[in-house]
Amino acid sequence: MRVQREFYKSPKDLPAAEYITPGSALCAGCGGLAILRQMHKVLGENVVVVDAAGCMTLLAAYPFTPLRSSWLYTTMGGAAASAQGIRDALDVLRAKGRLSEADDLKVLVLAGDGSTYDMGLSSTSAAIHRRLDFWYLCYDNEAYGNTGFQTSAASPLGSQTSTAPEGVLGPKKDIFEIWRAHHPAYVATVSPNEPVDLAEKVHRALLLTGPKLFLGLAVCPTGWGFHPEIGFEVARLAVESGIWPLKEAVHGSVRHTYVPNHFKPVAEYLQPQRRFRHLFEPTRRDDLIGQIQANVDTYWRPVCSELPGHSRIGAK
Amino acid sequence: MVNKLLTGNAAAAWGARLAEVDYVPAFPITPQTEIIETLAEWFARGPMRGKFVTLDSEHSMMMAAGAAAATGVRTFTATSSQGLVYAMEALYTVAGWRVPLVLVNVSRGLSAPITLGADHNDVLAARDTGFIQLHAETCQEVLDSVLMAFRIAEDRRVSLPVLVNLDGFHLSFTREAVELPEVEQVRRFLPPFEPTQPVFRASQPVAQGVAVLDGSAYSFFRYQVHYATRNALEVYAESAADFESHFGRRYDPLDAYRLDDAETVLVMAGSFSTKGKAAVECWRAQGRRVGLVRPRMIRPWPAAQLMAALAGRRAVGVIDQNLSPGLGGILYHEVAASLANCDRPPAVLRSFVGGLGGKDISRGEFDHVLQVLETAQPCAGYVEPELLFTRQEWERMQGRLALAGKGESQLAGINQ
Repeated sequence: MRVQREFYKSPKDLPAAEYITPGSALCAGCGGLAILRQMHKVLGENVVVVDAAGCMTLLAAYPFTPLRSSWLYTTMGGAAASAQGIRDALDVLRAKGRLSEADDLKVLVLAGDGSTYDMGLSSTSAAIHRRLDFWYLCYDNEAYGNTGFQTSAASPLGSQTSTAPEGVLGPKKDIFEIWRAHHPAYVATVSPNEPVDLAEKVHRALLLTGPKLFLGLAVCPTGWGFHPEIGFEVARLAVESGIWPLKEAVHGSVRHTYVPNHFKPVAEYLQPQRRFRHLFEPTRRDDLIGQIQANVDTYWRPVCSELPGHSRIGAK
Repeated sequence: MVNKLLTGNAAAAWGARLAEVDYVPAFPITPQTEIIETLAEWFARGPMRGKFVTLDSEHSMMMAAGAAAATGVRTFTATSSQGLVYAMEALYTVAGWRVPLVLVNVSRGLSAPITLGADHNDVLAARDTGFIQLHAETCQEVLDSVLMAFRIAEDRRVSLPVLVNLDGFHLSFTREAVELPEVEQVRRFLPPFEPTQPVFRASQPVAQGVAVLDGSAYSFFRYQVHYATRNALEVYAESAADFESHFGRRYDPLDAYRLDDAETVLVMAGSFSTKGKAAVECWRAQGRRVGLVRPRMIRPWPAAQLMAALAGRRAVGVIDQNLSPGLGGILYHEVAASLANCDRPPAVLRSFVGGLGGKDISRGEFDHVLQVLETAQPCAGYVEPELLFTRQEWERMQGRLALAGKGESQLAGINQ
């Protein structure tokens, strides 16, 4: 099941303009960069990217920036608060006639899962609560990536990190629901292998005022342990196995923009990644793989039961 | 021009109002909360125009302040103590962005143990951040310092945030007569904010605060902050001269009290200098040649002026209302460094710590300080700082320790 497209029917319809030039210091195959690039195409040029400490710290390194838009590098916990300051200042300047509409900017917070789920949660919660008119992109690579891949609240069950060498034992924090509980104008999940789905969501959000929050699956060759060449395939498996639901909530009301007709078993998604290799070697950990599969099934059962003609939830 | 009886907090708020500040990101904390309450009222009901917003923490508040200044609006905020240190990462960040704004700190002792009384450990913790730092002794000086602070911050030779300190309770909640200038007069001294750095606009994309990957580039930018802070000496002098011509009040980096023929000089900062000046008056009446120097300016540190003020004195005693455990008084060490290459250094230089958490420095303690200074021998070798405490306070503390179930004294080494 895929929702009807409103603005872009296929990748050919996506805006051609590029706002991020190649040649940054980021890892080859960075899923976060791919998402940012895709999102920026729809947002256009008049953007100020407000970046929290994380992998993207190195996107702009003196004296270079790959962005045609503006950039403010802030603290790890303070990006949403900095966005507040910029947005408020622009609004004050507009109100006092010191800034034209043409010179105004969209304010986009760019933060990893470490900042988003943990240290930045206070400032982000407050910004959403205040109904700040801003954009937020979390590039979620499911760990503190820039420091070498340590456990964050976004690290999923069974994933190995440098601070959980035996694998994370707890669940992944549900930041989508935490954000949604604040009643923001718009929240969505996106994946780099679904550029049209992403573009549709950004375009839908363009029509709304208030917090517009995006949670992106930032496939991470360096941390997850796979060759950059297969990054989009890993993302596809995340979506097709149901591990990464593609959904949005406009003023709180959730709909899934894509539901696989037949879910792939999660093991197909886990197996190519070094961070999950301990679930397969030296012995196959059916208990943990089974738990991961059960969690995915539990999530999708009520979603699929709403869909007419959907096959029974469970791996084929 | 209107004369009003104002608290230090109200004077700070009036400074922001007269400076026609565009933006106040805020967060409450004792003993500054009255500042932001006053500003909230003026934004909500007039006459201030712009935006007042409460953030979720002081760290967020300072990030919002810096980002707004980087977008080109005149920004003001206030905090104290725990809030200032909660924002510490943001203070370094915002100063490194080289944006002008004014932050008022209402000083309060730092936890633990938690307290509300004033001292200078909070504001001095910010001395290395790149913020310019000015200390006020009176409510008038609070107002005037805020106006001068915007002028200095926004000067292209500086382009740094400025921290104005006033002591909690002793100044924040104490009413004094304050002369309020008209807003038109202030406009002649402080023109509207014209950013000297590129600010965020669609027509001019800019990358601000980007990562620096090599040490020499980092050093370059940090040295620039140092030189910009040193430029503030000149900019302060110009602003002070202009301020005097507009408003009739003169502010120098050092407030020199009864200094001319003083043999013995106390060095103190903040509102407790008033007590020090009262003690000086008392001693002068007894025929003793004592004076007091109060640095208004902590950053940039007015080293040359201090050296000139203290050279040739017989004895100098620095009374620090702060404590760096294991070292002693912070300003004492800065004063001593300023005198290191003096050709006529004071024969005696001593360190005293008092007034922590708003503890009183009594007349008896001042007399003790003078006695130490007058009987001290030059070249005595290393001398430990004296931590001031009266016998009466000691005995009361013993009683409290007993109530708390502590048998032994915990105050080993305290000067009785």
